[in-house]
Amino acid sequence: MARDMSDKEILKMELDQLKKEVSTPRTPVNANCTDTIAFVEGLAPNDPLIKGVPDDKNPYKGDKGGCIIT
Amino acid sequence: MRSPPTPEMATQEVPLNETLAHLKTESETLKSKLEEERAKLHDVELHQVAEKVEGLGQFVMKTRRTLKGHGNKVLCMDWCKDKRRIVSSSQDGKVIVWDAFTTNKEHAVTMPCTWVMACAYAPSGCAVACGGLDNKCSVYPLSLDKNENLAAKKKSVAMHTNYLSACSFTNSDMQILTSSGDGTCALWDVESGQLLQSFHGHAADVLCLDLAPSETGNTFVSGGCDKKANVWDMRSGQCIQSFETHESDINSVRYYPSGDAFASGSDDATCRLYDLRADREVAIYSKDSIIFGVSSVDFSLSGRLLFGGYNDYTINVWDVLKGTRVSILFGHENRVSTLRVSPDGTAFCTGSWDHTLRIWA
Repeated sequence: MARDMSDKEILKMELDQLKKEVSTPRTPVNANCTDTIAFVEGLAPNDPLIKGVPDDKNPYKGDKGGCIIT
Repeated sequence: MRSPPTPEMATQEVPLNETLAHLKTESETLKSKLEEERAKLHDVELHQVAEKVEGLGQFVMKTRRTLKGHGNKVLCMDWCKDKRRIVSSSQDGKVIVWDAFTTNKEHAVTMPCTWVMACAYAPSGCAVACGGLDNKCSVYPLSLDKNENLAAKKKSVAMHTNYLSACSFTNSDMQILTSSGDGTCALWDVESGQLLQSFHGHAADVLCLDLAPSETGNTFVSGGCDKKANVWDMRSGQCIQSFETHESDINSVRYYPSGDAFASGSDDATCRLYDLRADREVAIYSKDSIIFGVSSVDFSLSGRLLFGGYNDYTINVWDVLKGTRVSILFGHENRVSTLRVSPDGTAFCTGSWDHTLRIWA
């Protein structure tokens, strides 16, 4: 556990991790962001929090149903 | 009489310090190399690529339900897959299951510890998991019989050596992933309580975790007090990617709906978006006027909106692509401690230190 490790052990752990990470395959931001944008644009029309939901279909809008006192 | 230090003692001292300093310099060198490699691909910012995207209109989101019943700070909540039930946990040791449509309480359990910092709904909707200062994660099967004492059926699954900060079921009711103040994350088998895999790599308390959307495979991301967000392979236990750009504790991490990115919220008052394929931070959501930490973040269904719950009692809604804030929501009377969007994206729920939960739509 991290709390019980000495500084030296923590540094060693970090070092081993960094060595692995330096050789991770990466792709340019431009391509990835374009993908992300395409993904969002595809789903956005169906996102209830963006386009809203008609009141009659939305379980949270309107009366939650209480009791009617006659 | 004092004897002079022996030659053996003298030589023992030097290698130890040398190794520590040596490790430090090697670490710094590798970190710079990593930054160089990442910078090579940083040809453009997300909001620049998104310049031509249409702006979002005005948002009218209000509190539609207020769930009252907890006697103290609400620390965590989770939605059931049926999109209407919610489990929440609080500092007073109570775990409550609510019907969000009617605000009725369906179940209530009192934990033997206070500060129940983590709770999660099982995918089947038939059980909830929770834990906190007891260092454990326990699973309670939910009974249809309202009179049945849920505490009697409790099953202790996870055991850490420090507080439980977050828990989540994987794709089934059979496995739970936990993160703890002891600096590790762990995967457990619910039935036997056996530890299936442990994840070491954080240098301090791990505060949050989130599983990748099932289509993208067996990984999860965790954030901790060491300011790092780590992406892990669940099968091998290896940390595959690590990001350290926040300036303070990371309180919340959430995968992007596509699984190719994740957002984080931190005590440094910013939310950030990290792209996993580019292996770098691609957006930062902040304003000079926002100085309080972010406790929790979540995305809307399409990933266009990022909701952040803040310690200044507000919720800020960000346009993920353009990097701008589209709305600020008021209502809670104390810190927002937890925030989750419902499974079908029609609403989101927030829990707060003001003892209540609110449903917004």
